[in-house]
Amino acid sequence: MIFREKIVEKILLFCAGIAVLGVAIIGIFIFREGWPVISNTGIIGFVLGKDWAPTQGIYGIFPMILGSMYVTLGALMIGVPIGIGCAVYLAEIASQRLSTIIKPGIELLAGIPSVIYGLYGMTVIVPIIRDLFNNQGFSVLAGSIVLGIMILPTIINISKDSIEAVPKEYKEGSLALGSSHWQAIIKVVLPAARSGIISSIILGMGRAIGETMAVIMITGNSTLIPESILSPVRTLTGNIGIEMGYASGEHQKALFATGIVLFVFIMVLNLLAKLIPNKVGE
Amino acid sequence: MNEIKNVRHSRIKERLAFYLLCVFSILTIIVLALIVSDILVKGLPHISFNFLLEEPRKMGKAGGIFSVIVSTFYIVVLSVVFAAPIGIAASVYLTEYAKEGPVLRIIRYGIEALAGVPSIIYGLFGYSFFVVFLGLKYSILSGALTLTLMILPTIVRTSEEAIKAVPSSYREGSLALGATKLQTIRKIVIPTAMPGILTGLILGIGRVVGESAAVIYTAGSSLGVPDSILRPGRTLSVHLFTLASEGLSAENTYATAVVLITLVLIINFIANTLINKIFIARRR
Repeated sequence: MIFREKIVEKILLFCAGIAVLGVAIIGIFIFREGWPVISNTGIIGFVLGKDWAPTQGIYGIFPMILGSMYVTLGALMIGVPIGIGCAVYLAEIASQRLSTIIKPGIELLAGIPSVIYGLYGMTVIVPIIRDLFNNQGFSVLAGSIVLGIMILPTIINISKDSIEAVPKEYKEGSLALGSSHWQAIIKVVLPAARSGIISSIILGMGRAIGETMAVIMITGNSTLIPESILSPVRTLTGNIGIEMGYASGEHQKALFATGIVLFVFIMVLNLLAKLIPNKVGE
Repeated sequence: MNEIKNVRHSRIKERLAFYLLCVFSILTIIVLALIVSDILVKGLPHISFNFLLEEPRKMGKAGGIFSVIVSTFYIVVLSVVFAAPIGIAASVYLTEYAKEGPVLRIIRYGIEALAGVPSIIYGLFGYSFFVVFLGLKYSILSGALTLTLMILPTIVRTSEEAIKAVPSSYREGSLALGATKLQTIRKIVIPTAMPGILTGLILGIGRVVGESAAVIYTAGSSLGVPDSILRPGRTLSVHLFTLASEGLSAENTYATAVVLITLVLIINFIANTLINKIFIARRR
């Protein structure tokens, strides 16, 4: 009996370990396929190279790195203020009735597939930008708007949880000293919840950098370095997503190499999110 | 005098700030409503039984989406069948057996990292590992195995929460009656945590249905009805992506989008109902 229980425990441990195994094997296979191209081109040449011409064997992904950065920054500029504002409202101010409408809405926003966001961006937001600015419409701006919406649920949910986790005494103390509700939120509650809010922003950033299909459908995917927020742009994910369909040989390996850069970006972000102390006030 | 002015001033500031936050929150809902209604308005007129039950013709330009629905169904079922036992077992280990220490830390880090990996990386990995290295080719099986890894973190986290919420008096009662730890887990802990575990599975299904980047390079985008899990297939999301990005047929694009969004709505509704049930049960 005890022997059987021991065996079951080992099986359960193995199942829990599959996640670790999964990450390791994903890392190994992406590196195995992509590393030859990076070592041929040289890390600097690959990461800072301004030209992407697979037919001539030239692989530089600097425009895509910039592209991912621009689109992600744009998404944060839209998603962070709205997301944190919404989180504060839901956690501190909203009436019971209003939050029973808003909360399921946010869950749904999180559940909408990225292709739907892409379709909406492509057929509604891109034409609006095209009409407003007289350009092709597919642009950094379009990507930022759609990604800004897509990261809202991540930012709202995690920020809201961390705001709600601030001990009531903090706020009550502030109110008792004569501050208004708003002053208490700004000066006491938000600073106390800041670690959770920061990790919500980092995780939102991870989602924006990693998004693929929606971005392909709305950013125009040019391999040139974007000149303004109205220029078309290609992200790291877009580079892989578009060309994976027909690439072969060294070209395909170069896409895996792009994947390595993306993988490293994401892992660094994850690590950053973990390094933030999660206790209130530390 | 000055103090009264200050107080009044801060009152006005507070009002304004609260209004702004309220606008932000309502904006979120308006955006959601805009997206959903845009898709429904443009797509609902093109939905019919024929659209659901006919095979796609001319690369999806004409005809329906029957084979796409079948492929989606296969991939959903397979990935949940793979991921559910592993995920539940992992969460049982994490809650009932694991002790604080390096092993637990590594496992937790692994689960978080897996949750953060972008779907296109899953696509690359699935292609190089399942499709090429294991020789499974573009197939329903390759797609499902890739997605299994992808939804594992969702299932583990939700099940873990559910198992943690089972009162320890339940376990103690069972152990006091002479049951072993394993019997307690099987007969008491898991059944009590079932609604929460199911929520995790349903959220996993939602991710599978919505996923495109990880599926297109593992399950392929063949339009035929797959006659075995070793054959390629095209899921709803992949079909929608292909139709939209190639500008093949606006009617079929939006009709497919309606089917996809309806599925997501249903899945969300079920998950929400389950979550509410758990809360009500807990309050009692």
